[in-house]
Amino acid sequence: MSDRTADATPAPTQNATVALLKEFWFYFRENRGAVVGLFVFAALVVVALLAPLLAPHDPIHQYRDALLLPPFWQEGGRIDYVLGTDAVGRDMLSRLIYGTQFSLFIGCMVVAIALAGGILLGLISGYFGGWVDAVIMRIMDVILSFPSLLLALVLVAILGPGLMNAMIAIGIILQPHFVRLTRASVMSERSRDYVVAARVAGAGPLRVMIRTILPNCLAPLIVQATLAFSSAILDAAALGFLGVGAQPPTPEWGTMLAEAREFILRAWWVVTFPGVAILTTVLAINLIGDGLRDALDPKLKRS
Amino acid sequence: MSKTLVRLAAGLFAATMIAGAAHAKTLVYCSEGSPEGFDPALYTAGTTFDATSKNVFNKLAEFDRGTTKIIPGLAESWDISEDGTEYTFHLRKGVTFHTTDFFTPTRDFNADDVLFSFNRQLKADHPMHEYVGGASWEYFNGMSMPDLIKEIVKVDDYTVKFVLNRPEAPMIANLAMDFASILSKEFADQLQAEGKAEMLNQQPVGTGPFKFVAYQKDAVIRYKAHEDYWGGKAAIDDLVFAITPDASVRYQKLKAGECHIMPYPNPADIAAMKTDAAINLMEQEGLNVGYLAYNTKVAPFDKVEVRKALNKAINKQAILDAVFQGAGKVAVAPIPPTIWSYNADLKDDTYEPDVAKKMLEDAGVTDLSMKLWAMPVQRPYNPNARRMAELIQADWAAVGVKAEIVSYEWGEYLKRSKDEDRDGAVLLGWTGDNGDPDNFLAVLLGCDAVGGSNRSQWCYKPFEDLIQKAKVVSDTAERTKLYEDAQVVFKEQAPWATIAHSVVFEPVRKEVSDYKIDPFGGHIFYGVDLK
Amino acid sequence: MLRFLLNRIAVLLPTFIGVTIISFLFIRLLPGDPIELLAGERGVTPERHAQLMHMMGFDKPIWQQYLTFVGDVLQGDLGQSIVTKRPVFDEFFTLFPATLELSICAIIFAIAIGLPAGIIAAVRRGSVFDHTVMATALTGYSMPIFWWGLLLIIVFSGTLGWTPVSGRISFMFFFDQVTGFMLIDSLLSGQKGAFASAVEHLILPTIVLGTIPLAVIARQTRSAMLEVLGEDYVRTARAKGLPPSRVIGLHALRNAMIPVITTIGLQVGVLLAGAILTETIFSWPGVGKWMIDSVSRRDYPAVQGGLLLIASLVMLVNLTVDILYGLINPRIRHRR
Repeated sequence: MSDRTADATPAPTQNATVALLKEFWFYFRENRGAVVGLFVFAALVVVALLAPLLAPHDPIHQYRDALLLPPFWQEGGRIDYVLGTDAVGRDMLSRLIYGTQFSLFIGCMVVAIALAGGILLGLISGYFGGWVDAVIMRIMDVILSFPSLLLALVLVAILGPGLMNAMIAIGIILQPHFVRLTRASVMSERSRDYVVAARVAGAGPLRVMIRTILPNCLAPLIVQATLAFSSAILDAAALGFLGVGAQPPTPEWGTMLAEAREFILRAWWVVTFPGVAILTTVLAINLIGDGLRDALDPKLKRS
Repeated sequence: MSKTLVRLAAGLFAATMIAGAAHAKTLVYCSEGSPEGFDPALYTAGTTFDATSKNVFNKLAEFDRGTTKIIPGLAESWDISEDGTEYTFHLRKGVTFHTTDFFTPTRDFNADDVLFSFNRQLKADHPMHEYVGGASWEYFNGMSMPDLIKEIVKVDDYTVKFVLNRPEAPMIANLAMDFASILSKEFADQLQAEGKAEMLNQQPVGTGPFKFVAYQKDAVIRYKAHEDYWGGKAAIDDLVFAITPDASVRYQKLKAGECHIMPYPNPADIAAMKTDAAINLMEQEGLNVGYLAYNTKVAPFDKVEVRKALNKAINKQAILDAVFQGAGKVAVAPIPPTIWSYNADLKDDTYEPDVAKKMLEDAGVTDLSMKLWAMPVQRPYNPNARRMAELIQADWAAVGVKAEIVSYEWGEYLKRSKDEDRDGAVLLGWTGDNGDPDNFLAVLLGCDAVGGSNRSQWCYKPFEDLIQKAKVVSDTAERTKLYEDAQVVFKEQAPWATIAHSVVFEPVRKEVSDYKIDPFGGHIFYGVDLK
Repeated sequence: MLRFLLNRIAVLLPTFIGVTIISFLFIRLLPGDPIELLAGERGVTPERHAQLMHMMGFDKPIWQQYLTFVGDVLQGDLGQSIVTKRPVFDEFFTLFPATLELSICAIIFAIAIGLPAGIIAAVRRGSVFDHTVMATALTGYSMPIFWWGLLLIIVFSGTLGWTPVSGRISFMFFFDQVTGFMLIDSLLSGQKGAFASAVEHLILPTIVLGTIPLAVIARQTRSAMLEVLGEDYVRTARAKGLPPSRVIGLHALRNAMIPVITTIGLQVGVLLAGAILTETIFSWPGVGKWMIDSVSRRDYPAVQGGLLLIASLVMLVNLTVDILYGLINPRIRHRR
């Protein structure tokens, strides 16, 4: 994947870190889309954190006198419910705001699960090689042989529907990419001089792997993690849409879409807004991902 | 299905479609799903029955279209012995089976067909007992037929006698059900001889008003009117089931004139359908009940006052508005009003949260936390259990009862909700099979059903005595009285919160005439005409 | 070359065994009880339950069930669907042509638009066109396709009434399924308007399913082109004064196609995952929707057989792509 050369010091000093970050920011800034994405993402994080302050209503409270109200600018809409209400009288805007929390949380959790598992298995596989490697890689092949969403769906069916289980399932299906990346990096770094030196100096395998090899494959992992973050949000929404993700009344966007489906021809707002929210979030993250890749991948940097 | 036959059928069909488009009447029904197969006795789903037993087959006795009244079918008449254990059926003569591309009958319907249709389900050693893998005859078993029927005797070609192990008042109603459809023995024999018995489940041959032409999986089923139908040829010539699983899509197609009749509209679309000039929105109360069953074996729900108090805390009208969106009626009794013996004098628990709160305090119940089970699926008696549970949860919170909503996968839900020491109250319901009150009261509230389909685990002697007595007397007036009394006992004891009977809506295009909603939830197209 | 081939297949074998184990185990681990599900609200007695479990072979020890399963699979028998009581194999391949037809259309749609868009974007790097294409592609790539499908239905079927909402062809047309591909069968039938109806029904699902592959192909083509355009031999060709169209057509395109073809091959898994959602939205009678229905109905044998067949298909396609890649690019072959 990446051609990182050994000039990146295994354990950079503080100054070097600052310099690296500066360099990174320099390249990242070049990509205007990425900067826009970053701002949108930051805004979403703020919305998620301040949800209780920003939301005009409780996201699961049902206003029984306000069922399926359109947004305020349409006839019949009320200014109290800026983006209208859903079938049981819950405020759309508040649900969308709280939904931000769920989507970002899903992204973080899934990436954490996939990254932790992926790095661990990848390190083991790459460092030890032999049959350990063969077994791990075949398992990853098996996982990759199934269409991801189908596998996630069956996994959730086993674990039981719910947000937590959906996150675990998505984490598992995204994991092989991290395993492969880590393994590839480890294999190419394993015989480098500095690793051999560390080993000769008496560092145990664990220390060598974590302190020496891992920092050198961080760049591709970060890019992959960003991609995984957006896939996680999309897949979780898809599972919610299929009725096995987050369960109502959770204001998760995919679940909201699933609930809204029957009103598709009658109440466009309950269908449109959650989708726009998903698209915006995923797009912002993918923009950042592109920027990160350009900034971190030296090969593309040159071209 | 052999390719040449299909092609032949296709050619014929295409020819009639093009040449006879002007005068052949084609009725298109946008059905909600694919039939599981074409032998109704193998299945339990209404979708399958619509495609088979409701239109292709006949039974010995039938339900008068649009009612739960029983009328003669393939049996012109029947006698019941004094002790109520022998039923003798006199069969109709001159009834023909369908002549199709894959089968040409050489004889009329007779007693052999009746024996074949039942014995294949009853006798484990019948050659057709397991003609497809996993044939379990679920409905036949579910209605306890193997325990009930001792033997079926062919008296002569047109007389059949059912001998029972015990008297069973609802027997005739049972024989009007879908699993009791009469198939052609001659066709089954022919298939067996050719070594492809499993085709019996793919190519139905019956005596009914429509004959099967072809099925494209998950897309379309085609039928033609049976020219020599014993009740007279159907008014329409061709019947098409356009399989359309999505309700909003069905409505689109109906509006566009792509189909004439659609089942199960979205509650959300009802209002629009009412105002649509091209559509006639038909409605009828469904033969079902949606309920919330407390576990009467677990404290504090073993106390009548607690159950009553919780019932009084539920705002049923709000549920009907939000969940049924008008497509429902508040349920008072455990049986729907369309069934005979419905007790119209019953009073429902009024919605009085303050009183409920007081009652709970008086009963010494404070800080009650409980589980509230919500079904994961949509059923006729409950279009959205989750939403219903949320509403009840909010209502109960207002009287200080904390309810946690739980749900399981449907099969798991059905299984776990049966546990006698189950924690919490369960949302569930029931759709009647044969229009007999016994089919509700004994199945859902009888002592035998505790740990089974009696989800409130409620076994109460005064109630049980009434329904047991009603099962063995054959006089309908006497039975009616017993069931009316049983409903009063039920209401006093409140093992359930009765929630709603759904109202079935069926939008039908204006050019369709004489369509009737089937109280059993089926869709019957004999007798329907197009203007 | 033969060694390379054998090598690939040798790696595939344990993966295949893994797939059988996973398909098999998943189903045993699924909570819920198919028999309860069949019985519905009525339920069954414990005795009857045991009897049915026995009949369906669920009462045997798990390893024995697995061996039976593998034995049957090797004989091409995937068991019988609990719901329809028909062989799973037949069910799958009755519906598969619908999925295949849709997937082929989607991938053709994606290539037809994505490839030229990517090439032009690369050639005119930095132009407004380039930015528009890349922004659109990234949006497409970020699209929740189930929502995209709903939106298209609202606009094109609901408001404008241009396209049918669901299904593969109008029920007015009825003909024998020769190939299972509606486009071909409708032509073979010779019925007037049948083909047009089939096409009409395909448009929206094709767009929805093709969106993500389209975005991926456009992006991949652009970056592959950029890379090739930066190579020395292209610069040389340019320096020699060859007209730009020849430089792009002859030199750059051919070399840029290698990673692009791989990308297209790898979209198969993506397509199948997308088919699950697309088929659900458009009530398209294909295997994706069938799988979802089977999972929710706990149709054990159907889910098991479906998983196995789908995974096998993905593996087969990946192997083909691998071999093709090896053929086009000898460097890879020799490195392994």
